[in-house]
Amino acid sequence: MRIAIRNGRVIDPASGHDAIADLFIADGRIAAIGAEPPGFKADRTIDAHGLIVAPGLVDLCARMREPGAEGALKVEMRAALAGGVTGVVCPPDTDPPLDEPGLVRMLRQRSREAAGARLYPLGALTAGLAGEALAEIETLHEVGCVAFMHTRALPHDNSVLLQAMRYAKTFDLPLWLRPVEDTLAGSGVAAAGPVAGRLGLPSVPVAAETVALHTVFELQRAAGNPRVHLARLSSAAGVELVRRAKRDGLPVTADVGIHHVHLIDVDIGYFDSNYRLDPPLRSQRDRDAIVAGLADGTIDAICSDHTPVGEDDKLLPFGEAAPGATALETLLPLVLKWAGRAKVPLVRALGKVTSDAARVLGEPTGRLAIGAKADIVMFDPSVPWRVVPEALVSDGKDTPFAGHELEGRARFTLVGGEVRFERR
Amino acid sequence: MRNPQLNSNGELHHLLTIEGLPRAIIERILTTADSFINVASREVKNVPLLRGTAVFNLFFEHSTRTRTTFEIAARRLSADVFNLDITRSSTSKGESLLDTINNLTAMQADMFVVRHATSGAPYLIAQHVAPHIHVINAGDGRHAHPTQGLLDMYTIRHYKREFANLRVAIVGDILHSRVARSDIHALTTLGVPEVRAVGPLTLLPSGLEEMGVRVCTRLEEGIKDADVIIMLRLQNERMRGALLPSAQEFFRNYGLTPDKLRLAKPDAIVMHPGPMNRGVEIDSHVADGAQSVILPQVTFGIAVRMAVLSIAASSQRMQ
Repeated sequence: MRIAIRNGRVIDPASGHDAIADLFIADGRIAAIGAEPPGFKADRTIDAHGLIVAPGLVDLCARMREPGAEGALKVEMRAALAGGVTGVVCPPDTDPPLDEPGLVRMLRQRSREAAGARLYPLGALTAGLAGEALAEIETLHEVGCVAFMHTRALPHDNSVLLQAMRYAKTFDLPLWLRPVEDTLAGSGVAAAGPVAGRLGLPSVPVAAETVALHTVFELQRAAGNPRVHLARLSSAAGVELVRRAKRDGLPVTADVGIHHVHLIDVDIGYFDSNYRLDPPLRSQRDRDAIVAGLADGTIDAICSDHTPVGEDDKLLPFGEAAPGATALETLLPLVLKWAGRAKVPLVRALGKVTSDAARVLGEPTGRLAIGAKADIVMFDPSVPWRVVPEALVSDGKDTPFAGHELEGRARFTLVGGEVRFERR
Repeated sequence: MRNPQLNSNGELHHLLTIEGLPRAIIERILTTADSFINVASREVKNVPLLRGTAVFNLFFEHSTRTRTTFEIAARRLSADVFNLDITRSSTSKGESLLDTINNLTAMQADMFVVRHATSGAPYLIAQHVAPHIHVINAGDGRHAHPTQGLLDMYTIRHYKREFANLRVAIVGDILHSRVARSDIHALTTLGVPEVRAVGPLTLLPSGLEEMGVRVCTRLEEGIKDADVIIMLRLQNERMRGALLPSAQEFFRNYGLTPDKLRLAKPDAIVMHPGPMNRGVEIDSHVADGAQSVILPQVTFGIAVRMAVLSIAASSQRMQ
C-alpha cells in the first residue's frame, strides 16, 4: 500500500531532521521524505497537519504477559500501538521464562499473528532465571533473542555472572542486567531515606545499586569486556558510576524507567500502591541526577517498564502489593512532559525512545530513513487527555498517573507501512 | 494531599497516625481522656456514649494486651465489641484484606480497630470502607501505633505538666518500632524541644533528623539530663539479618540500669510500652523502681482509648 503523509512536522532524531515535510511510503518502507517521488500514486493520503511524524517508539522494556496469560499478548500489543510504540523489547521473566528456543519461536509467531508492534524478545541468561546454570544463549540468539537478561537483580553467585559474561563475549552477545545486589535490597519495598523511615517501610539502600554496578564493571573487565546494558537506574550515585565507566571506555549502556524521570519517594504519599515500583522511587536529588544523566548521554534511553499488574495485586498494603505500573500508553506524553520541563528539544528528547533505544538494541529501527521499514508514529504533541484507568487498552490499569491530565497522544501508528492504529 | 484521617469539617474520623494530626486534636483527645480517668474510679464504670455502636477488633497480628485494653475501653463506653483474630494462615488461605473488610461491613460494623503486620494496611482499609465507618489503627507494621503515642503523651503530661521544656529520650530498636515513630510525631507536634533517639546504628532508621530528632548512639549521651526516658522492647520477631550480636551485649550498652538512670534528671520518669524484656532493655530494679510509670501507662491507656473511640464516633460521615 502506498501512503502519503502530508504537512506533518517530521522529526527524525537519528538524522536531526525537524521540519514540516511530506513523507511517502511504498512496499512497507519509507520511499521519500520531502519531495514526492515522480509518479507516486498514493492509495491513501493522511493529512498530518498539526501532528508530529516520528519514528515509532522503541520501548526497551514492556511486559507482554506471554508466555503466561493466554491471549494477553494481543491486548498488550494493541496497547503498544495506542501508545505509538512500534517496537517492544520484552524481558524473559515470563511464565515459564524465555530460556527455551521453542518458547521463543512460539512467542514470535504469536507476535506476528497479533500484528501489533515488532517484538524483540530478550532471552534468559540462566536456565529458569535461577542464576545457576547458563541458558542456551547462542541457540536462543539463533531463534531471535536480541540479548540476554537476568531480571530483578544480579545473579546471586558472582562466579556464575563472570562465566555468563565470558560465554556471552564468545559469541559477542550483549547482557542486560538489573544493577541490584539482592542481599542488600533484601525485602525492601521503598528507597532508604526519610520517607521510608517515616512510613515504616522496609527499605532498599542505594548501596544495593552501587555495589551491583561496581560488581558488573569489575567482572566486565575480567571477562574481556562483553557488552552490558544496565536496566533501570534509580540513583544519583548509580548514574555517576555509569558516567565514569563510560569515560573509562567500558562497553556499557543504560536506561531508566519513565516513572523515575518524573516521580520521587515523597509521591508515595499515604502508602499509595500505584507508586510501588521496582526499583523504588528515590529522592529529588536522584531524580535530578537522572534528568542530568539523560541530558549528557550517560543514560542512553528511556523505557516504559510496562508491567500490567492485576487489580487485586495492587489492592493490598503497600509492602504486599505487586510492584509495577501500566505504561505503554503513558510513555509518549510522559517523554514529552520531561522534554518540556527539562527544556530538551524534541528532536533530541524523542531520540531516547527511538534512535538511541534502537542503538542499545542493535537493531536497524527507530529512524526515518529512505529504505528503512516504515515504522512510524504520528502524534498530536499538545492534545490534553485524562488518564482514565478503565479506558486504557492494556489489561494493566494501575498507573501512578491515574486521573492525571497529560498532553500528547498517538493518532496513527504504522508498522511496516501498515496503519495498525488510528485514533478518531 | 488531603489528610485521610479528617473529614471535611476537620474532625477526626479515623485515627491512622499521629503524623499530620493537628495539635488541637491531640490536645482534645488528652483532655477528653481526663474525664474518662474519673469514670474508671467510679463504682459503675460505664458511660453510654457508644451504646449501639458495633466495634470490631480486627487483629491480623497477635496481641493480647492492646486488644484487651481496646475491648475494655469500648465496653466502658457501652459499645458492642466483637473480636476477630485473623491469623496469617487464614488470610493466606485466600481471602484478601479488603474482602475481609467487606464481609464485616455487611455484618453492620461501625468501627474497626485494626492491627496489621504491614505498614499502611489501615490506610487501605480506610480508603475502602463506607463513609460512616471509622478505622482506628492499633498498630501497623513499623509505621504507627497512634493510641500508644497518645497514651504516652498523656502519661508525660500527667507527671510533667508542660511539654515545652522537656528532654525526652527514646531508647532501643527504633528502626522496627511503630511506638517510637508515633511518640516522635506526638512529641514534636506538642512542642517538646529536644527529642533524642538512642540506639546502635543498626537499629536507627534514616530520616530521624528530618523528623526533628537528635540521634545518639550511646546511652550515656542519650539520657543525660533527660526528663523522660521511653524504653522500647527489643523486638526479636521483627529483626532480620545481622543487626545485633546478642541480647546480653545490647543490655551492656543500652540496658537501663539504676546506675545509668542516675545520669538523667533526679525526677525523670521511666516509661515502656510493654511488654518488657527484663534484663534485655531494662533492669528489674528500674522497672519496679520509684521512677517507673509503666503501670500507670496501662491505666491511662484505657482512658485515652475511650477518648479516641468516642471522639471518632462523634464525627460526621466522611465526605
